[in-house]
Amino acid sequence: MNPSAADTWDEFMEGVWRQNPTFVMILGMCPTLAVTVSVVNALSMGISTMLVLIASCGLVSMMRNITPKEVRIAVYIVIIATFVTVVDYAIQAISLALYDALGAFIQLIVVNCIILGRAEAHAAKNPPLPAMINAAGMGIGFTIGLLALGVVREILGAGTLFGVALFGAGFQPWVIMVLPPGGFFVLGAWLLFFSWLERRKLRRQQAKLVEATQNA
Amino acid sequence: MHESAFQIFVNALLANNFVLAMFLGLCPFLGVSGKLDTAFPMGVATTFVMLVASLCAYGLNLLLGYFHLEFLRLISYIVIIASSVQLVEMVLKKYSPTLFRALGIYLPLITTNCAVLGVALFQTAREYDFVQSVTFSVGGGAGFTLALVLMASVRERLTLSNVPDLAQGTALSLMLAGILSLSFMGFAGLGG
Amino acid sequence: MTEPSGPSVSASRVIPIAVGGATPPVPPASPTAGMIRTLGLVSAICGLIIVGAYEGTYDAVAANKRIATERAVFKVIPAAKSIAEYVALPGGGIEPRVGAGDTAPGGVKFFAAYDAGGKLAGIAAEGGAKGYADTVRIMFGYSPDCQCVVGIGVVAMRETPGIGDKIITDKNFLANFTALDVKLKGDLSALANEVRAVKHGAKTSPWQVDAIAGATITSRAVGRAINDSAQVLLPRLVPNLDKLRSKS
Repeated sequence: MNPSAADTWDEFMEGVWRQNPTFVMILGMCPTLAVTVSVVNALSMGISTMLVLIASCGLVSMMRNITPKEVRIAVYIVIIATFVTVVDYAIQAISLALYDALGAFIQLIVVNCIILGRAEAHAAKNPPLPAMINAAGMGIGFTIGLLALGVVREILGAGTLFGVALFGAGFQPWVIMVLPPGGFFVLGAWLLFFSWLERRKLRRQQAKLVEATQNA
Repeated sequence: MHESAFQIFVNALLANNFVLAMFLGLCPFLGVSGKLDTAFPMGVATTFVMLVASLCAYGLNLLLGYFHLEFLRLISYIVIIASSVQLVEMVLKKYSPTLFRALGIYLPLITTNCAVLGVALFQTAREYDFVQSVTFSVGGGAGFTLALVLMASVRERLTLSNVPDLAQGTALSLMLAGILSLSFMGFAGLGG
Repeated sequence: MTEPSGPSVSASRVIPIAVGGATPPVPPASPTAGMIRTLGLVSAICGLIIVGAYEGTYDAVAANKRIATERAVFKVIPAAKSIAEYVALPGGGIEPRVGAGDTAPGGVKFFAAYDAGGKLAGIAAEGGAKGYADTVRIMFGYSPDCQCVVGIGVVAMRETPGIGDKIITDKNFLANFTALDVKLKGDLSALANEVRAVKHGAKTSPWQVDAIAGATITSRAVGRAINDSAQVLLPRLVPNLDKLRSKS
């Protein structure tokens, strides 16, 4: 891998893993919790957000040299709202059932902090291509976060995955998981899991270090 | 079908609480709910912005409907909200500099609070009339404030107690929010 | 937790607070003309994109909406093969509904459903009432021959999964709507008997809805939705039924 490809990869992976918007930065919580009652909803929401993110970051980046700093927030918001409107109509054209399931949360993508945050922190300072790659990484990271919640909530709360029943008729769905409190609980549990992983990694490193010093 | 103003208010405040049942405005809910001193003014400021945004959105919607420009709805709502936040900022700065300083950074962030845009979008989708819209926005704002204050009080208490290291921070807040949300489910059917 | 994006997002607006006592050199403000030019350019680009998206998807969205409505109507009136939209006016008349514009104030939208031979198979209309969590919106089919409701379907609801949503699946509950009596009074001013949901097992008359045990509030909402809608629609509709007998 040549250095520039490595950079690009790094740029991309920042959002997917190291700075994952859902689990590390805790951004964009409203859609994360509201629409993840099923995997299909979570996936569509993630993809919609990603498309808006990529398109807005591209345009913001293209206009970065002619945007006076006093009006930049206004410019970003208008650009984001434009692409959200586009996605809104696209979803209506693709499937009304999906549109009804996601409800107002499609239009609420406008106020998703991830997008404005990316526009301000990254796209406004970088050329279009890296900005869009970074945005794509963030979008995928966000989609992964949504899916992590959607899978758990759909399996536990409805006993299905992608609408297909997983368990026999005897399964009593854990209804609370698809209700609002379930969203909070599942996300909390994921965060606990990740901080446990982090903790374990740290402990192992320390153990190794201690071992190395003892051997020496 | 006509919902009375009282029903709308009670529903927005408790049964369909903006934060705990509809997941609107979670960012400030998790971010500003650390201390009671900031939680309450934040809630009041947000409520005020919601009211202003709701009024503007109502007028704007009539205008857009008249000219058949519904596809510009989202973009004009967000611009209106951004401007009304700016307005609240200026008013506060002039008449209550102390509060203005206390709210500081969180004030401009109200623009990206989904609860504000949510009020505007929901009242349009439900075709509320003027009185209904106003009650809805005030009820929603009060519900937001209530959730914020409850959360802040619980979290202030928790700083004194012994919580497992692993659960510190956001994970703990989320679990708390889940329990609060669970108890708010008991209000369902209240505004029937 | 908005901190990560917080300071940067609002940096420009926060400057007045942050500056406080000592005044660091203020960067020169951008010229007004530049701001207006950029804002104008952005608005123009965004306007073009939005209008393009709206025009580009208009047909597909309209077709989707029509299919969704047809499917909902066909579900409550199985014999139906095609539909026509009408509005029942406050004065008592009915008129075909054209285009996607707003209905006249006070008008009630309904659908006349026709079978394969072009004969009236039934009337479908929407109704809504407050359920447990939120408004329950339903579509019901009305048969002029028996003057009764012959089927219901849920348009939108947010009732508790596993409890309130039994109104879609519970066979005993749905059996209420194979011949729910909605006859009008002799003077055609209102329903002869109010449609009401009664406690599970307490149904005695053909205009009552036997509620689902454990989901009484949702069941009541369905009953009320039918009643409220039928009370307004049927007195206007029934005198004009002959106009709808065959497909125009």
